[in-house]
Amino acid sequence: MKIQILGTGCPKCKALSEAAEHAAKDLGIAYEIEKVTDIEKIMSFGVMMTPALVVDGDVKVVGKIPAADELKKILSSESK
Amino acid sequence: MKCQCQSEAAVVEAPVNKGSSTTWIMTTLIGIALWFVLYSQLVPFSEWIVSLLPIEKGTHLAEAVTFFFYDTPKVLMLLTLVVFVMGVIRSFFSPERTRALLAGKNEGLGNIAAACLGIVTPFCSCSAVPLFIGFVSAGVPLGVTFSFLIAAPMVNEIALGLLFGLLGWKVAAAYLFFGLGIAIVAGWVIGRFHLEGWLEDWVRNARAGAVALPSEKLTFVDRIKEGLVAVREIVGKVWPWMIAGIAAGAFIHGYAPAELLASIMGKDTWWSVPAAVVVGIPMYSNAAGIIPVVEALLGKGAALGTVLSFMMAVIALSLPEAIILRKVLTLRLIAVYFGVVGSGILAVGYLFNAFFS
Repeated sequence: MKIQILGTGCPKCKALSEAAEHAAKDLGIAYEIEKVTDIEKIMSFGVMMTPALVVDGDVKVVGKIPAADELKKILSSESK
Repeated sequence: MKCQCQSEAAVVEAPVNKGSSTTWIMTTLIGIALWFVLYSQLVPFSEWIVSLLPIEKGTHLAEAVTFFFYDTPKVLMLLTLVVFVMGVIRSFFSPERTRALLAGKNEGLGNIAAACLGIVTPFCSCSAVPLFIGFVSAGVPLGVTFSFLIAAPMVNEIALGLLFGLLGWKVAAAYLFFGLGIAIVAGWVIGRFHLEGWLEDWVRNARAGAVALPSEKLTFVDRIKEGLVAVREIVGKVWPWMIAGIAAGAFIHGYAPAELLASIMGKDTWWSVPAAVVVGIPMYSNAAGIIPVVEALLGKGAALGTVLSFMMAVIALSLPEAIILRKVLTLRLIAVYFGVVGSGILAVGYLFNAFFS
């Protein structure tokens, strides 16, 4: 699956991408992760708050870092 | 718009049944009651601590140390309560909802609504740019958007809570009233200029994207938890600023000669307000760090208007913010923004010095 982290590079964006990678590894999902830092691209997803988590093109989380098990739930429901 | 990233609280997920939610509410009430008991005992506690220290009374050092030990627990406790309450209040608002409320609003009433919403809507400075574009592209007038973006840092809820606790309700109310006033008027003025053409090109062409996120139904317990997460995140982040601010305040309290300060920052010095703004802009601090300094300056005879101007300039106008905004605004629009907000802060300083004496 394709995981994209939207954010202009604030500490929270880093934390979210680490948490997402961690969750994906724990679940054993094959993934590729991309950090989208360009503001024009971020806006094209229609989000108003960063960081945001996008899985396979769908915006899943906006403006916060979900707890580890919540992240896993989001990722595992997408991988099916 | 300092990067406090506050209140982007992670929603703690837990299925709640009736019994545990009663427990949560009871615990919260008991916690708040305990807070008040503890707070009322702070002065004797601080006196006791200071009396234990081997410092001679009446010296500069004793003055400074006393200030430090009085203020640290007080500010910390106030900060915790304010952040918790704001965390709970903010769980009722989201940028999406605020945008929907403001889209298509006329100027005037829209500016007032935007300024008020700017205080309670959770957003972090890292999100200022996407938020700005999201608002403008969804049809929120530029001036109304500015009212929102100015009010958010200008009326800082931590500053408000600390002013209330340390300096009384009059100062806090004046800060709230004038902060909102600046945001409303400045946004309205910027709207009058019709500066839409001064946005960067790509912003005007950005599509008004709206993501339909699954709406979260929050229970009351979820909101309490959001408050607690806010406390952990924000108090955890700002306490070094707070300690530094109190130390600076303690130094001023103990060592700064009152006559000198009064002559520089007193109400009879006409240039003190603009000087305070100019000094304040490059300074970077958040509210928790600046309020103890404000308290100490006032104690030394500085004029309230001058000190408020200084505080507003430190919190609301900053170079890092200008650099973030540069991505969406042309330099001219940033200059207008600084000019309008700066004039508002100057006006507040002079008004206060004229009326409060």
